[in-house]
Amino acid sequence: MDYIVAFAVGGMICVIGQILLDFFKFSPSHVMSSLVVMGALLDGFHLYDRLIDFAGAGAVVPIMSFGHSLVHGAMIEANRSGFLGIGMGIFEVTSAGISSAILFGFLVAIFFKPKG
Amino acid sequence: MGKQTLIFNSPIFIENTATVVGPKEGEGPLKTTFDKTYDELYCGTTSWELAERKLMSEAIELCLQKANKKNQEIDFFLGGDLLNQNITASYVAREKEIPFWGLFNACATSMEALTLAAVLLDGGFANHIVTAVSSHFATAERQFRFPTEFGAQKPETAMFTVTGAGAAHVSKTKTKIRIEAATIGKVIDLGVTSPFNMGSAMAPAAAHTIKTHLADLKRTPNDYDAIVTGDLSRIGSPILKSLLFEENIDISHVHQDCGLLIFSPDQNVFSGGSGCACSAVVTFGHLFKEMKRGLLKKILVVATGALLNPLMVHQKESIPCIAHGVSFEYVHS
Repeated sequence: MDYIVAFAVGGMICVIGQILLDFFKFSPSHVMSSLVVMGALLDGFHLYDRLIDFAGAGAVVPIMSFGHSLVHGAMIEANRSGFLGIGMGIFEVTSAGISSAILFGFLVAIFFKPKG
Repeated sequence: MGKQTLIFNSPIFIENTATVVGPKEGEGPLKTTFDKTYDELYCGTTSWELAERKLMSEAIELCLQKANKKNQEIDFFLGGDLLNQNITASYVAREKEIPFWGLFNACATSMEALTLAAVLLDGGFANHIVTAVSSHFATAERQFRFPTEFGAQKPETAMFTVTGAGAAHVSKTKTKIRIEAATIGKVIDLGVTSPFNMGSAMAPAAAHTIKTHLADLKRTPNDYDAIVTGDLSRIGSPILKSLLFEENIDISHVHQDCGLLIFSPDQNVFSGGSGCACSAVVTFGHLFKEMKRGLLKKILVVATGALLNPLMVHQKESIPCIAHGVSFEYVHS
């Protein structure tokens, strides 16, 4: 059952992206940032955690969850260190994701050549 | 003649042409009509820009070889491509050492170059001119849309840029193919803003040029064995036919489109081929071969160009379009 819910919720997020692409004529970069902002907003209202409780992996995979993680990190660090913590914490939770993107991007660029 | 049409008094001929294309074109329905085919997009180089340059350089080389002409014997090289600052043509000109005119009218550059070549020859300013245009799928994607590595989705209305280059050697030496008249297009913009729907954007420009050409010369579509558009493809071609039909001009029985001729629909090319090279390699290869065999006596090639700039599109501007028509005539030799 968990798998089905995760699949359905993750799929729905992709459907939103596809609708933005096809009907609202967003560029791929706009779609990506819109989803990040949506995730951040939802987390701001404490709604995204509930979605994760419900859908599990369907909601924690990129890219909507990235917005959620940004807000999360900022909030946690803000609680600890006050106002400056917003800036310090924003990449705290997401740093593993960003570092691995850089690392794998680097490795792929070394070993492969685009075919066109 | 008329508003926008030139008729050349002295006979101007296509002495030789050459075409070099990439893998997908080499698998298409016109594969036997090209002079040289590469089976991968890098064409033996290390980058796509270098590959495009190689295609254009070789097209010129092959073209001049056919008449045993050396670069020094050519008065002018008229060329263009789709990349910023016309880099392909400029770098090819650096290596060829032929006096160079860099041209940009997007995919209409092929016919713009031939028209200017004919004007220069007719005016007596030159004896031998070589024109060349090129485009490359991956360089065009990077230039106008997204780098192919980005993996962005494309809608069905998008077109597939032809990888290739076409060169033509134009002179007064009598051959079977004469450049008889040319119509210079106006820039027309009916407000299409999507770089993935250039067929619709360009159709009104093509319609205007064809209509003006026929009116200026007091001809009808029946005077031509074929009226061939550059790259309107599956989306733009029906729009063109209906636009002209509204003006009481029926071209449906003679109309062909280079973007549809060069690929077959099962090649995953969205709505069809586009790019500078599209009209050039189809005209210089397939159409001229048909003319030399006497199967086509008179054709009007209308190369269509979307004067698209990604920056302007991001600033919500629409895409201005242009179409230049050149009429070629079969001459008994």
